[in-house]
This record gives sequence, structure tokens and C-alpha cells, in this order.
Amino acid sequence: MPEAHGPLPSTDGAARIEFELQLYYWMKLIRAFEERVSRLHRQNKILGGVYSGAGQEAIITGVCAPLQEGDFISPLHRDLGVFLIRGVEPGALMAQLMAKETGLSRGKDSGLHAGDLERGIFGSTSMLGSSLPVAVGAALKFRVKQQRNVAVAFFGEGTSSRGDVHEAMNFAGVHKLPVVFVCENNRYAYSTPIEKQMAIEDVADRAQAYGFRGHTCSGNDLLEVLDLSERVIEKVRSGGGPVLIECKTYRYHGHSEHDPALYRTKDEVLEWESRDPIQRFEFYLEKKGQDIRHVREQFDERVHAIIQGAVDFAEQSRWPEGPEALEDLYATPVGPPVASQLG
Amino acid sequence: MEVTYLKAINQALHEEMRRDENVYVMGEDVAELGGAFKVTEGLLQAFGEQRVIDTPIAETLIVGAAIGSAVLGMRPVVEMQFADFISCGFDQIANMAATLRYRHGGHASCPMVVRSPSGSGVHGGIFHSQNPEAWFTRVPGLKVVCPATAYDAKGILKAAIRDDDPVLYFEHKRLYRSIKEDLPEGDFTVPIGIAELRRPGNDLSIITYGGTMHQSLDAARIVEKEDGLSVEVLDLRTLLPLDRGAILATAQKTGKVLIVHEDRLTGGIGGEVAAIIAEHAFEHLDGPVRRLAMADTHNAFSPPLEEFILPNTNKIVAAVRALAAY
Repeated sequence: MPEAHGPLPSTDGAARIEFELQLYYWMKLIRAFEERVSRLHRQNKILGGVYSGAGQEAIITGVCAPLQEGDFISPLHRDLGVFLIRGVEPGALMAQLMAKETGLSRGKDSGLHAGDLERGIFGSTSMLGSSLPVAVGAALKFRVKQQRNVAVAFFGEGTSSRGDVHEAMNFAGVHKLPVVFVCENNRYAYSTPIEKQMAIEDVADRAQAYGFRGHTCSGNDLLEVLDLSERVIEKVRSGGGPVLIECKTYRYHGHSEHDPALYRTKDEVLEWESRDPIQRFEFYLEKKGQDIRHVREQFDERVHAIIQGAVDFAEQSRWPEGPEALEDLYATPVGPPVASQLG
Repeated sequence: MEVTYLKAINQALHEEMRRDENVYVMGEDVAELGGAFKVTEGLLQAFGEQRVIDTPIAETLIVGAAIGSAVLGMRPVVEMQFADFISCGFDQIANMAATLRYRHGGHASCPMVVRSPSGSGVHGGIFHSQNPEAWFTRVPGLKVVCPATAYDAKGILKAAIRDDDPVLYFEHKRLYRSIKEDLPEGDFTVPIGIAELRRPGNDLSIITYGGTMHQSLDAARIVEKEDGLSVEVLDLRTLLPLDRGAILATAQKTGKVLIVHEDRLTGGIGGEVAAIIAEHAFEHLDGPVRRLAMADTHNAFSPPLEEFILPNTNKIVAAVRALAAY
């Protein structure tokens, strides 16, 4: 599994080509993984909510690429790709979604509420935005311990209406903490369009009120995201204070797989599909002289094998046993014995 | 040396910050001012502004940031300026911190302490008098402590700071300067989850904690002198996890139990204590389990109103006599 760690090759040489192919591979893997998850959900093999990030892959890929070991990331419910990019075993991720014992939370919760702190991934809750103050706390630790790390907090434009976001950004601004706030603006908070969420055009404008810079970019253009995040993350890492990056994007699926998203017009969906981040990057690679058909075939094969392996692993994994629901509450178990709780 | 309840908390903070450089303090007005009640006084001078941090008025941020630093190995002790304001950080405590270890498959710790000055009797009114502890005693993943003595205030806070799970530490404002005791030199902790028998007795048990612990002891002395009643007083000290063994032991010993707390009657921890006794010590009981708690209303401001709704020594004496006569 490729790792995201290490400095970025900034030259145009062979290393850069390899790096760009790596980014392409990640987007392919994420898209295919999520499409498989959606299919498994239709087959009733994945219970609970599935929140596809299809269409938004360039954002997490471009933002995570410059990250280093020890950096802290709080992904959104739609950012399954963060787990893959950071090197979480695809099988463990699939098992998490299938509520199996081998999943990251050992069946304790669905979707992406689990994290993997060894890889710097903090599991968020359903109260979107509540992970922003947490990311700020991680950055506070980096500051106090003089670590050259950054905290990256992903959030949606819908979440930006919440008070948690204000409290987090304000404090990060006051103390110039190493936080990168990344807004994935996909124009809808479930069914509510952006016009009904905020009276301004760009979430990035809000940064100014907290004393730091806000940038916008096309979230469907990997190179644009990458270029911005490389510059910004380096600045934040070297003590320049927090930054807000707003990536304009669109989700292909509904809010969840239960949602047919009838509040959007077909034309709007088609228009955004024509700006597909993966296709766009393929054009770029082709222009740079890659035999894209060959690369695509190669990657498709590799990705398919990995995902099939993940599905097999998850399906063969055991379900958790009932009494395990009472485990992992405390470092050392406390409270009445199980028997007395169940009557 | 005699140390007040307030000074005991202050000493615990000083000592733990000296002992472990990962311990730090954060909250509204905790640094320059030393806290609204002066509990954190002197910490800024001793440990500097990296470890004693004044925050904006933002409880969600305070608790959330504490969580973020705690999962990376820090040991934050944050202050809610008044326990009443803990509601503003509720989501971070009940949803974020409490579920953290669980959601991460056991592979994450949140060693955070949230200190909250709670309780009435200081003319605080509705939003500066509350006892919100029972909002949290039904949230697994949290620990909830309510020390009643200077010794416990110090020892339990030290234990809470060293604990690998989030601990909500409710200190009682009325006790800050009204009680003091000789504390031993050197390091000591008081274990979380263990109740303390404050006074042995044979006729009846009072189970209590926090502010009403002292009133219960006073009441026990009065009925001993005036009625010849031998009353046992059990100080719960920790509300989550409850010391079920100690609760059942005193109920089985005396057969009559009065539960006293300053938190509201309905939904207060007293209901849970009564249920534990009813389920597991029923055959030992010689009378109904009774509760004396704040009335089911808000923390009224005017002295006659506050006096009317809250437990006090006289009311406890009356309740003890009624139960003893049952």
C-alpha cells in the first residue's frame, strides 16, 4: 500500500511523474472503492448510511498528498479516501463498513466514525463540525510541544453554519495555530442548497473575520487543489498560522444512498459530471505524454484486485459477539457486571 | 497545615503540572485572573502561558480542543467557569469524548478533566447554582466525581488527571472557603469509583455526596444527641461508576436508607441508587428508600425560594426522624 509520507517531488523529473501517477492511482482506488460500497449497499451487504464522496476525490487526494507523518486529520463522513491514502488496510475499512469485528471500531459504529490515530486519522461524529475544535486542540498540542506538524480539518459548506466552526476558527486565529481548514463545498447540505445556507458566495470569505487567509479553488481540479495545498500547508507548517481552503465541488450521489437527490436538476448533475476530477487528470496525464489507456487498464486491474480482496476479507470476517458491545468503554472496565445489566 | 477545599484543588493542579509536563490548564479567565474563584491562581506564574491558557468564551472549543490534545497524549484540565455553562460544551463531552475510545475500537484515549464549579447556596440564581452532574451519569465512557472534603478534592483531582478516560469533576462552590482540614504532606490520590463511609451507624443510612454530605453529617450528630439514633453516612464521591458494593453494604447493614442530594429529585442519581437497593437488597429493607433532593424546579434566586427548594440540615433531620419511625 502506498504511503503519503515524505517530501513532495517538486521537479518535473521522473520522481514527479511517479508522484502524479500515484495521485491518479489514489483517485482511481477511492472512486472504485466507493462505487463498490454503493453497490454492496444496494445488495444489503452494508447496513446503515453510506455517504459517497464520488466526484470529490481530488480534494482529499490533493490535500493529503503533502501531509507528513504525525500530522492530524479529521475527515468528513464523505472522505473515505483519506483512510486509503493514509494506508489503512482496505480490508479493515471494508469490514468497518460491514460492521464486522475486524473493522476499525470492531463493529461499534458505522461508516467513518472510527479513526486510526496511528495514521493520524481522527474519527468524527455525526454532529458535523464538532471535529473542528478537536483538530484545533491537536494543533495546540503541536504548538506546545514545538512539533512541525499540522492539523487538517475537513468540513462541508453545510457544516460552516454551525457554531463549532466559529469557535474553532476564532481560537485558531487568536493563537495562530497550525490548522488547515478544508471546506468541501458541494453546494448542498443534504437537500438544502447553498443559497439557503449562507448570504455570501464563498465560505473562504469567513476566514478574514478570524484573522487569517481564505482561498478558493476548483475542488474538481486535482492540480489546482494540490498546488494550493502544497503552498498553504508548507506555510502553516512553518508557523504562519491557520488557513482556510475552500474547494468548490459536487457530489454525484445523494446525501446518502437512501437519497435520490430529486432536489437537483438533471442538467446540473450532468454539467458537474462533465468536470469529473479523474477524467480531468487523465487529460492532463495524456498531455504530458502518458499512455493513459495503458495506465488506466493497469490501475483498474490492480484496484479491482485490492477491492475484491477487501470485500472477501470483510465478508469472511466474523460478526462481533453481543457482549462485546460492553467493551472499549474505558481504559479499565468499570461498572456493574454484564449479567446484572441484562436482568 | 490547614488547607481549604479551594486551596486543595489549587495544590493538586500545581503538583500534577509539576509532576507531568503534559498536564495543562485551559478555560475562561484561568490564567491572568487565576479563575473566577481563584482556583487556578498562581499557575500562570509557575508554568507560563503555554500551559495555562485563557480562552475566549467558547465552551465547545474549550472541551473540543482539550479532546484533540488529549488523544495526542496531553492531559488537559479545563474549567467551565460555572457548571451551569457545561451545557454549552455538552456535545463535545457526551458525543465526542465519551464515545471516542468506543468508536476507535479501543485504540484511543481521552485523558481529559473538565472541572466545573457547581452547587447552590451562594445567591447565584438560575444560571450560577446548578448541579448538572446527573446529565452525564448515564453516559458510558465518562467518569463523574463530586468531592466533598478538601482531602478528596485534592486526591480525586490528582487521580482524575492521571486517569486515561474523560473525568467530569464537579467541585462545590459553597465548600471552597467554608471547609478546611489538615492535609498530609506529599503525594496522595483518592481512587475514583470508591465511596467513603464518613460515619458508621446502625439504625439508618444516609447516602449522599458533595454539598449535602456535610449537612448529612450535621443531621446525624443532631439525631444522635436528641433522639439517640445511630445514623451511618456514606459519601458516594463518585457518581459514575457508582460504588454498588458500598451502597448495598450500608443498605443491608441498617435496613433503612435516605438518599440526599442537591441535584434535582427527578432524574438525580438518587433514583439509580434507590433502584440498585430495591433490586439487590430488597429483603434487607425495613422501610421504603426515601429521597431528599432539590425540588423539581429551577434554582430560584430569592433566599426564601432557594431555602424552600433545597435540602438543608433541618430537612435532613426531619426526614431521618420520619424514616426511623417507619
